[in-house]
Amino acid sequence: MVNTNQDVELKQEYKYGFITQIETEAFPKGLSEDIIRKLSEIKGEPGWMTDWRLKAFKHWKTMTEPHWPNFTYGPIDYQTLTYYSAPKQKKNAQGLEEVDQELLKTFERLGIPLNEQKRLTGVAVDAVFDSISVATTHKDILAKEGVIFCSISEAVKEHPELVKKYLGSVVPYSDNFFATLNSAVFSDGSFCYIPKGVRCPLELSTYFRINAAETGQFERTLIIAEDNSYVSYLEGCTAPMRDQNQLHAAVVELITLDNAEIKYATVQNWYSGDKDGKGGIYNFVTKRGKCLGKNSKISWTQVEAGAAITWKYPSVILQGDNSIGKFYSVALTNHHMQADTGTKMIHIGKNTKSTVVSKGISTDYANNNYRGLIKILPSADGARNFSQCDSMLVGNNCKANTFPYIEVKNHTAVLEHEASTSKINAEQIFYLKSRGLDAEGAVSLIINGFCKDVFKELPLEFSVEAVRLLEMKLEGSVG
Amino acid sequence: MFSIKNLQAQINETPILKGVNLSVNPGEVHAIMGPNGSGKSTLAKVIAGHPEYTVTEGTVEYEINFKKINLLEMETEERAREGIFMAFQYPVEIPGVPTSVFLRAAFNEICKHQGAEEMDPIDFDQYLKTKMKLLDMDDKFIDRPVNVDFSGGEKKRNEILQMAILNPRLAILDETDSGLDIDSLRIVADGVNKLRRKDNAIVLITHYQRLLNYIIPDFVHVMYDGRIVKSEGKELALKVEDKGYDWLI
Repeated sequence: MVNTNQDVELKQEYKYGFITQIETEAFPKGLSEDIIRKLSEIKGEPGWMTDWRLKAFKHWKTMTEPHWPNFTYGPIDYQTLTYYSAPKQKKNAQGLEEVDQELLKTFERLGIPLNEQKRLTGVAVDAVFDSISVATTHKDILAKEGVIFCSISEAVKEHPELVKKYLGSVVPYSDNFFATLNSAVFSDGSFCYIPKGVRCPLELSTYFRINAAETGQFERTLIIAEDNSYVSYLEGCTAPMRDQNQLHAAVVELITLDNAEIKYATVQNWYSGDKDGKGGIYNFVTKRGKCLGKNSKISWTQVEAGAAITWKYPSVILQGDNSIGKFYSVALTNHHMQADTGTKMIHIGKNTKSTVVSKGISTDYANNNYRGLIKILPSADGARNFSQCDSMLVGNNCKANTFPYIEVKNHTAVLEHEASTSKINAEQIFYLKSRGLDAEGAVSLIINGFCKDVFKELPLEFSVEAVRLLEMKLEGSVG
Repeated sequence: MFSIKNLQAQINETPILKGVNLSVNPGEVHAIMGPNGSGKSTLAKVIAGHPEYTVTEGTVEYEINFKKINLLEMETEERAREGIFMAFQYPVEIPGVPTSVFLRAAFNEICKHQGAEEMDPIDFDQYLKTKMKLLDMDDKFIDRPVNVDFSGGEKKRNEILQMAILNPRLAILDETDSGLDIDSLRIVADGVNKLRRKDNAIVLITHYQRLLNYIIPDFVHVMYDGRIVKSEGKELALKVEDKGYDWLI
């Protein structure tokens, strides 16, 4: 009986924990050259793509899993994972009418309706289910402006010149253990191309859903903004509740040319395991942008509220003169979640600027770490950085750490770093309660105030969702 | 409407209140004076429901709709929603939360409790501005984070502003006059006087007679060692000012 109660409680806490019953086509477990060839073949990829994957795999075999992050987890056996799992559907499904109803229902339940009548206005969505992209909405409106928004698999076939030129140009296949693994086995993800002078008329968005058990999700996203263009991109993620841990190792590459701007926002809500730390997603992600052109801008805004383990450092290489990189992050950890997250800002061009605002909230038995690098190269005359890292502790058993790294090789650079650690104190709660707010309302108000600088960077609807997500996660953690 | 009987309370097993008796009727203003450590602020906190204090004896009866209930059995927020208000001696900072957002959240909680319609941000800001005029407060106040970087006087005014917004039936002002210069004191006192009505009551906790020149009390009580040792009319405050507390002990 006790178990049943716990189940109910858990389900309220993570409403995306359901499993979709659908017939799938999956590879046998394990990783080998044959598996990679088979993956490339099933996706109908050209030879250069297969070769790139194999090159990465060969390199990966020489690498070892990094263990420098400030968290612990059991060993991952890469031979017991499935590297491709896709819902069975008609070959070359054209249009939504041919997409499996179960899949459409799944995304509708997640708040991402894909069909014509109900789909979100103002946002084009690419829906990724396990290893494949199910559907992309609003393609017609985007096509009018010359914007390409499709799955990366489609881009490999339809726009090989762009993919060849930019894939791996920001995160090379040999970059790190997880990025290299991704380069070998990535199965799908999104591709966006904004042509010169175009301000993308819609917000672009990808929703990642893991469904199958014992399957890794390895998605790859590539966004290119040509001269004088602009795009705002949103990413959301959820997964069912399972007792086994699941691996998610994604790579995202952003490229901005002269005067271009990319705003990339993530609300990450992977299943984070139960109260005792059982199950949940291992989220090992490499996200990096390159401001290649002068006066270009890249901003990363993330709300990390899920996953058992988060290892993620969205970074910006500021190569073009006067380019600007920004990183705004809220990382919330509860129960036994562990996060080691932050950013890297690499200043190469002259008068490059970067801003880092990180807010970590830790509660229950969680372990929350900020790790950030600000690197000013000799060429970066007049570079500027402002970093602010704040941690908030709720309760007495959680941890928060800050690991700032600064490397300055140009004496004209100006850097500022502010950091604070605070606790929600009983006096604050009492003050708010004595004005009629209940404990949860009080905590929510305090947390909102704490995260305000980050939330205001999110598109409005996302910011409302982010607030709700944090409130849900903090429910019951303050008595 | 409000009656404290033999109230005893402690913090960390140290008794502070040792049997307080006090009765307050609608329309009355009571002043509680007393030396440091006599238990004045503790009394205010216990009435508001501060979690650090444990009540060991006694009752606090509060009349809601002609029904008497024991206030001590209610949660802090329930007391607030039923019209109990304490102006803090040391108002607490809430970084990042604009004053208007905080006040609207509190106001709407009380509306919800009373079955009234909640107010949207635009209407509320208008309502807030009219109340701010009472206390001679600048419009910029509404966007500033709650009590962060407020001067001592601004913090105290903000407390009275909250009283004006939340419209309590029983307001306890805990040393609202401390740390105020004479001009601020006058503004705060004027604000409180404007909030006096036949159907609400105010308890002023103060060290000094000074405040009572501006807010004229109906009763003055002197507290010593966890008890009220003397209760009289407003003239008691002048006697205390003149003679100190020793003659009462």
